This record gives sequence, structure tokens and C-alpha cells, in this order.
Amino acid sequence: MGNQRMTVVGGGLIGAAIAYGAARAGTRVRVLDQGDVAFRASRGNFGLVWVQSKGGELPRYARWSRDAAKLWPALQKELLELTGVDTGLRQPGGFWLGFSDADVRARFDLLEGLNRTVGEIPFQIMDPSELRHYLPGIGPAVAGGSFCPLDGDANPLMLLHGLHAGLRHKGAEVITGVDVAEIRYDADNGLFEAVASDGQRWKSERLVLAAGLGNARLAQQVGLHAPVIPSRGQVLITERLNPFLHYPTNKLRQTCEGTVQIGSSSEDVGLNDGITTEVVERLAHRAVATFPALSRARLVRAWGALRVLTPDGFPIYQASVSCPGAYVATSHSGVTLAAAHCFVIGPWTCGLTEAPPEFDVFQAQRFSDLNASVSDAR
Amino acid sequence: MSDTMADLVIIGSGPAGLAAACEARALNLSVVLLDEQSTIGGQIYRSIESAPADRIDLLGQDYASGRSLASDFRQSGTRYLGGAVVWNVSLDGTVDYVVNGQSDKIIGKHVLLASGAMERPFPISGWTLPGVMGAGAAQILLKGSGALPTGPVVLAGCGPLLYLLAWQYLRAGATIQALVDTTTVSAYLRAARRGAGALRGWRDLSKGVKLLAALRRHGVPVFSGCTELSIEGEKRAEGLSFKHRGKPVRVSASLLLLHQGVVPNTQLSWSTGSAHRWDPDQLCWQPVTDAWGRLGKTPFYVAGDSRAIVGAQASAIQGRLAALAIGERLGIVTDIARRAAPLQRLLRRHTHIRPFLDALYRPKNENRIPHAGSVVVCRCEEVTAGQIRHYVELGCLGPNQTKAFSRCGMGPCQGRLCGLTVTELIAQARGVEPSNVGYYRIRPPIKPITLGELGAVDRRIPTEIASPNREEPE
Amino acid sequence: MPAEPLFSIPRSSELETVTITFEGKPLTVPAGLSVAAALLVGGVHEFRSSVVGQAPRAPYCMMGVCFECLVEIDGVPARQSCVVAAQDGMKVRRQIGAARLDDVSFGDEP
Repeated sequence: MGNQRMTVVGGGLIGAAIAYGAARAGTRVRVLDQGDVAFRASRGNFGLVWVQSKGGELPRYARWSRDAAKLWPALQKELLELTGVDTGLRQPGGFWLGFSDADVRARFDLLEGLNRTVGEIPFQIMDPSELRHYLPGIGPAVAGGSFCPLDGDANPLMLLHGLHAGLRHKGAEVITGVDVAEIRYDADNGLFEAVASDGQRWKSERLVLAAGLGNARLAQQVGLHAPVIPSRGQVLITERLNPFLHYPTNKLRQTCEGTVQIGSSSEDVGLNDGITTEVVERLAHRAVATFPALSRARLVRAWGALRVLTPDGFPIYQASVSCPGAYVATSHSGVTLAAAHCFVIGPWTCGLTEAPPEFDVFQAQRFSDLNASVSDAR
Repeated sequence: MSDTMADLVIIGSGPAGLAAACEARALNLSVVLLDEQSTIGGQIYRSIESAPADRIDLLGQDYASGRSLASDFRQSGTRYLGGAVVWNVSLDGTVDYVVNGQSDKIIGKHVLLASGAMERPFPISGWTLPGVMGAGAAQILLKGSGALPTGPVVLAGCGPLLYLLAWQYLRAGATIQALVDTTTVSAYLRAARRGAGALRGWRDLSKGVKLLAALRRHGVPVFSGCTELSIEGEKRAEGLSFKHRGKPVRVSASLLLLHQGVVPNTQLSWSTGSAHRWDPDQLCWQPVTDAWGRLGKTPFYVAGDSRAIVGAQASAIQGRLAALAIGERLGIVTDIARRAAPLQRLLRRHTHIRPFLDALYRPKNENRIPHAGSVVVCRCEEVTAGQIRHYVELGCLGPNQTKAFSRCGMGPCQGRLCGLTVTELIAQARGVEPSNVGYYRIRPPIKPITLGELGAVDRRIPTEIASPNREEPE
Repeated sequence: MPAEPLFSIPRSSELETVTITFEGKPLTVPAGLSVAAALLVGGVHEFRSSVVGQAPRAPYCMMGVCFECLVEIDGVPARQSCVVAAQDGMKVRRQIGAARLDDVSFGDEP
């Protein structure tokens, strides 16, 4: 195993984290990245490290998120010490906010069910007067909220920066400007060959597909299935403001620099990462309803980015059977799950560990299983 | 929400916008003009309608000529929306703006971007100190309120606007402590090589030379060919040190006016996603347009200084030509070649001298791309030249990457005062052309507007902002 | 260090005036000026302290582009004083660092 080479296709949050995990475990890793022309889903990541309400229909995902959040401080510390990059991790707990009593009641049911089945995901439902202790200035339109002490946030771009710096420190190779067109598998030798559209090629014994939207096409070439589609999220960011919001909320958080980030939408618009005034206005309206004082905050930028979504919104992590040594990994929660991708998925894809327990639920067969329930509401 | 539609929506009320409006109205097009100021004239004709006679006289003929354009505009029947801050333009011709604290929109079959120019940043040591302003800022104070420097003022840099201001101050009796000119001797030679344009240019040049002579006659110290400019002061500007003929000089000043030319205000054109090119003579980005000013196949046209620096007269002509082209697209103008010919001749006359002026008043490299790592490049986020170079060493290829890591360009000015500097800094550090490096990706809002202004439309609080059947993933 | 205003308006005694306050002190200036112009003419040198490094800042461009002229006007923080017309009775204060929103109580008119 020590001599094996690994190619990771995709240097975004998923690929960089898995590659880093593999590199720190001693594998020779190269990352093939499109570079700055990529859609870069991390641009659309809101930066939440979020546990509450994850995996409502898939308890294993709730556990996966919970465990990932617990591993995060170790990743933050390691990257800071190794590279000097601060990912800005804060885990003070976080809030979901609801605008109607019905929504708050539904929230209670969801979280209560999760805590019962999965365990160790504490939460607290709060009414407006309790919320005001933690979130002073919250508006009268807020009917209630839920608090989970495991929640927090980080800076997605700093995380990406830190992971890339970490890769360099661990001797991994990162090649940018690469558009991988094809994967070839040589069964006799157990070798994968990644071929770029400009003809460059790289061989390795192990392969991880973490190419975001590109996974759909590439997965098929190694006996895997990754039906991902783009989902646009529009995000607003304000000028720097004096700190007033000390906990992240699901739609609104104040970053370390003082800017308030407001999100987001979820739209099926293909590969369009632009903004629409309709959504921008609605996001602004919701933000002001949440914290009325924000009506005076100046919006400095609005942007759209493409999330990589599977049909049910849960990740795909799968090892290829027909092409052993190939894996596909896709998730839209590149920040929340970063530490799990590093410390768990990394070693697994190196072949150093077994698949994590009950990982079958993350396989893509679930999308073709006609008996599986199809949930539109996810 | 007033979803009205017009044949032509114009953004900006400088010479290009006003002239385009007049021309389009003469063709009986429906025209709406939006401007963020509440008086017309843009920057060059600022306060033209309210300026008293003695101030008009002080400011000179170029300014005075704006009066007839302003009055023609008032009589043109254009629907004018002052105090309207445009925050977004869309490819279908929708223009979103805020007026009186409320967001509204208008749709133009065509949209003319005429947002003019702004001063080129002057990133030298100490340029962020109180008491340091652009010469353009001083002109605005003069035009808008007749304000003059109370004490001795130092003017530094290069370009016609600097000399014009010095001349205006001289006539008004203000004390000029020194004129620190960074124009180099070699620039004169380079400019002279600019052929036919140089002939007309010599007239401007001689005007400049006469002015400098007049300043000297009045006892104003004029230093030419100055280098290594650096502003001194702790909490405020206290003086300017520089090298003149190899010798260090220091002049005291609590008011320093810097200028090294103006550059197109390209925020709106960049936001359309249209192609821009780096002009190595004007050292700035310019939108790529056809001869009439159209951006690609979009409904957008660009006219005036926001397309390339051409000056007030040429800007007005470009505005008229754009209006004619739009009139032709609407089927109203059927003889555009005939109508446009005299305007195009006039335009050529006015732009012939441009290459000469660009060469003569080319801002020095050291005043555009700071040597010293401690010089602030991004004023809003206080990012220095050294920090940008560091990120290039780490592998950042362009301004969007350095932005992600340093927040350079993410402040409220939205990159207006640092964009050009950062492009050139990165190009120099990487050893490539600025055209290779690119510019910030400009996204709405084009001007920062408050969340209250954006969300002011009365509606139910949206708990989901999603396509049907898709909840927002957390 | 000179305390005199950086700019002045000739024959301003002949003009109509408005009186604003800056940091509690009254300033009488000719009518028709922007708040930035009024402050400059009124002798103010430092308008704000910068958000990141708390450095003293003052207007640079006077045309709404540079965002250096930010001051608090009538309780509203970080307003661009070069685009706001000075009006009688306006209360202007320096903008110290980033805008504080939490001091504004809900219900104040923007």
C-alpha cells in the first residue's frame, strides 16, 4: 500500500480534503484540478458546520454529520500548525429560525425524532424571548427557533486554501488547469489512467473522483454511478459591520471579518451561476425580517454558485467493484464534512481502512432501487 | 413597482448621456435617463445649471459649453430620474435602481451606459492620509460650492486636469505651494512621435507650457520630471517628499491634490459579462464595442469616457452616434450613413490628439505600481502591495484569487480604487501582460445599497427561496 | 499642526447658511453644500477611523466612489457624506470603525 499512487480528480473542497487525508496517511497523491475556470462549488458554500436537522430521512447521515463536526477542531488545529492558515472554525452552537408556529412545531418533531433515533444530537427549541438572549435584535417576525450546541461555521475559502497548503506540505502534487476527459482502467495491471482533454495523462493504482458536476460523466467510466445535478444558490454579503451576531443561523451569519452573509436560494437553472433580482430582493427581505437593524446594512456583493446535488441531497461514497481501487465521492456539504473527508474517507480510499460502518446507504444503487421511497421534500 | 419600458434607458448625465438623450428624443424615441446625482452634468459639467456667472468664468470655456447641452436636455422631453442609483443591469434590458430608499426597475429596449470616468488611483506612500485628495475632488468642491484651498496647496502628478486646476486656482487667488509634475522628458519625445495627432497636440501642449510659465511667473515653484513621491504625516498629510533632478526635495502641505489622469468607469460594462480589453496606451480596461458603441449582441451601448477616455466633446458625439444606431435598430433611422458622417468627422478631429496626450501624460510606472510593499493598495480593506505580491508567490494568478485570500477588492468601493493597481501589480509580479491577468469579476449591486432598500417591496416573508420540489439544503 | 479648514468659500458671509453640528459643536456653512464639503469648510480634518486598522481617514474623491467620507448622520452610521446634502439641524459624528447596527433600535426610520 505504501508504494501506491493515488490520483484525485478535482481539487475543490471534497477532493482537497480527501487528498489531504490520503497524503497525511502516507500515500503518494496527485490532485488534478481545473483551476480557476472551475465552477468551484466552494464559492457557494455558506460556511456552516451544521449538524442539526441533517439526515432527517437518513439517520446514518445524521451520525456522519455529527461525527464530522466533532472531528473539525482537530483539522483546524492541524492545518493551522502545519500551514499557518486559519480556517476560522467557530463552534458556539447555531440557530435555525422559523417564521410561523407551525414551522417551529415541525422543527421540534424533526429534531426530536433525530435525537431519539441517532442520539447525541442535543437541541433546544426556543421562543422569541429566549432567542433574544442569544440573538439580540431579532425581529418580531421570528416565531421561534432551534439551537444545537454542536453547530458552528468556518471560512470555506480559507479551508480550501489551508487544505491546498497542507497538500504541498505533505508532498502531494497539485496540477491545475487540467480538464479530465476520460478515465481508463487496465484490469491486468490494476492501473488507472486519467486522460486530460489536452492529451496529458497520469497513471495510478488508486483513483478518487471528486470532480463535482464532472463526476456524473467520469463515474460511469469506472463502473460507478453519480447522478449529480447543479443547484444554484444565490448569496448576499454586506459591508463589514461591528460584531452583533455571535451565533450562526441557518440563513444568516456574521463572519469573523464582520460581514454578514445571507443565503440562500436553491434553483434548478442548469449551469447558470448568475444572480436574479427577484431572489436577491427576497433574500434581503428575509434578512431584514430576521434582524430589522440590517435594513441599514449595505450590500456589497451578490453572487451565485452551483451546488452539486444528488437526487436525495445525501452524499455518494462508493468503491468500484468492477474497477477496484476507484472511488467516487460527492457531497454538497464540503465544509461540515471536511474533517470526515480528511480523517475517514482519505484513509479508506487509500485502502488503509475498511469502509466506515453502514456506508452502503451512501451508494448510488439507492437511486435505481424502485422500491426505495422517493422523497420530493428533501 | 413600475414596470415601464422605454426605447432607450440612459445611465449617466454627463456629456455622453445628455447628448444621446437629445439625439434620441429628436428621433422621437422614448427616453429615460437615470443618474445617481440629483443635478445633471456628470462630473465634468457638475453643477452647470446652478453655477453663478463668475464661477463659470473662472472654470473656463470647456465647462461653460455644458450650459447649452444642459438646456437642450431640459427641453428634449426626456424622462429624467435624478438620485437614482442603478444597482443592476440585465441582458434583457432591465435596469434595477434605488430612488428614495426604494428599489424599482425599468426596461429599456436599449440601454446606454454613460457613467463616465473616474480618477486613476495614485497609490503612493501616505496616500490614505486625511488631507490627500484627488484633483478631481478639488474640482468638485470648486464647481459645486466655489470652495478654494484655505492655505497653500500642493498639486502633484501629471495630466491636463492638474494644470487646469492650477490655472483655475491661480485665477481665483489661491496659494499654490508647489506643482510637482511627474511628466518625464522622454514622454515629450514619445508623444512627438505620435504623428498627425501631435500637430493638434502641440496646441494643448503649448497651452500647458504657457500655464506652467504663468505659474512660475506668479512665484509658484514648479518641479518637473519628479520621482519617488511619498507623502509624509502621522495622522494627517504634512508634506510631500520627492526627487527632482536627482536631489531630494520636501514641500510642506496639509492639503495635497494628486492626479495622474482619468480612467473609464467600467463597473457597469464589466457586470454585463461583455469582453473588455486592456489598452496599453491608456493603461486601463475598455469595453469591446462596435463602432457605434454596442456591446456584442446585447441591448447595451457604451458612450463617452466609460468606453475609453476621449474627453467631453467626443463623449457627446459618441452619445449621438449611439442614439442614431439605436434609432436604426428600431427602424426609425433609414439613412444612418448620411446622418452619422458629419458626427464621425467631428469625432475623428476630437480624438486625433488622444494618442499624443496618452503618451505625453502617461502616468509613471512607480506611481501606478508601488515598489514599497507597505503601500496600501486596497484602501477599504487596507491590503498592501506586499501582501498582493505574497499571494502571487503562493500561486494566485489573478485578482479574483487574491481577493478570496486577502479581501482586496471586497470593500464598499467594490474595487474601483484598487482594481487597476491590482491587475498591474499581479501582471508585473507574474511577468505577464495585464490582459493575461484579468480584472475582478464584477457582480451586482453595482453600487452598495442597503438591504432595506432592496427588500422594501411588501411581501410575505419567504421561508423557502427554492425551485418547486427542492428545499434549500442546509 | 494647522487647525484651519482645508477649504473655504469666498464671500460666504453674503450667502444663505445652514447650521449643522459635528461631534456636538455647531458648524455654520453656506447652504447647498454636501455634508462632506460642509465639514471640510467647517474645519474637520478626520472624518472617520478605518474599519480594519483604525487609521484616520477623510474624503478622497468627493464623488461617491471611494467611501472614505463616511460619517454618522442623524444617528445613521457610515453614510457617504459627499452625496448627502447638508441640512439645518443635522447631527453629524465621526464614524469610528465599522457601522454598529445594534445601537439602532427597531422602528427607527432608515
